[in-house]
Amino acid sequence: MKFTINITLKKGVLDPQGLAIKNSLTTSGFQNIIEVKQGKLIEVDIDEENYDNAKKVVSKMCDVLLANTVIEDYKIMLNQ
Amino acid sequence: MKAAVIVFPGSNCDRDLAIAFEKVTGTKTKLIWHKDANIPNGIDIIGIPGGFSFGDYLRVGAIAAQSPICKALVDYVNSGGYVLGICNGFQILTETNILPGTLMRNQGLKYICSEIELLVENNNTAFTHGFQNKQNIKLPIAHHDGNYFADNETVKSLNDKNCIAFKYTKNPNGSVDDIAGVLSQNKRVLGMMPHPERLNDQSLGGTDGGLIFGAIESMLS
Repeated sequence: MKFTINITLKKGVLDPQGLAIKNSLTTSGFQNIIEVKQGKLIEVDIDEENYDNAKKVVSKMCDVLLANTVIEDYKIMLNQ
Repeated sequence: MKAAVIVFPGSNCDRDLAIAFEKVTGTKTKLIWHKDANIPNGIDIIGIPGGFSFGDYLRVGAIAAQSPICKALVDYVNSGGYVLGICNGFQILTETNILPGTLMRNQGLKYICSEIELLVENNNTAFTHGFQNKQNIKLPIAHHDGNYFADNETVKSLNDKNCIAFKYTKNPNGSVDDIAGVLSQNKRVLGMMPHPERLNDQSLGGTDGGLIFGAIESMLS
């Protein structure tokens, strides 16, 4: 079962990389940008047929290693 | 006093840190490989060196924090052991949850390598009793991810419990509340971004860093 995990900075945590990208986009002529955020995308394929079990395992992976919950939120999506 | 230094793939200050300990202990520093699951008996302090463990993949310090030795390190800390984590070592200490908060990319997004000035915020610890309180000291920094972050509540608690060892006088990296070094609640674990092991001999340009190792030795011997 394949999952995609989106890891983004929590609201209120300064994202200097997102800010730098926003500034660069503005310099490149893109106007009206409200905000740019940079995060991480991780794909995990696990050998488990049951969706609930699999999602639980991926959640645990996020808490243990993939995300730092002090500053990051994560979203787990099943790949169709 | 017997010191040990943990070595991860990508550590690059491990030998400097081992030598800094040897200078004050007069005995060989034990190097512990990250795959070892045990800390040898009789170790009085563990150093976690700077560098780029596991290439800084995923997040700085995150993969190192899952190493077998880090489970033993957590037990060592819980049993009252002394630990000094420098730079990547500090990052690993936050990723193991031994110290609160985390180290993010520098606010200016650049790697900074320079000498900076610090204010000693708590000189009543094994690491800092060689300094006066509020003393200005100079140490080198060399990092890309030294921007200390913790939520307001944690920062308040760090201040209230005297768990901030050092603050920057001119914040180089965006760290919350100018924090450069954090102590555990029992004051036996210190994580800091500046490199005391790089300034512990006049031939290196100064000895402010050496005062930290001297303080540790006089407390633990």
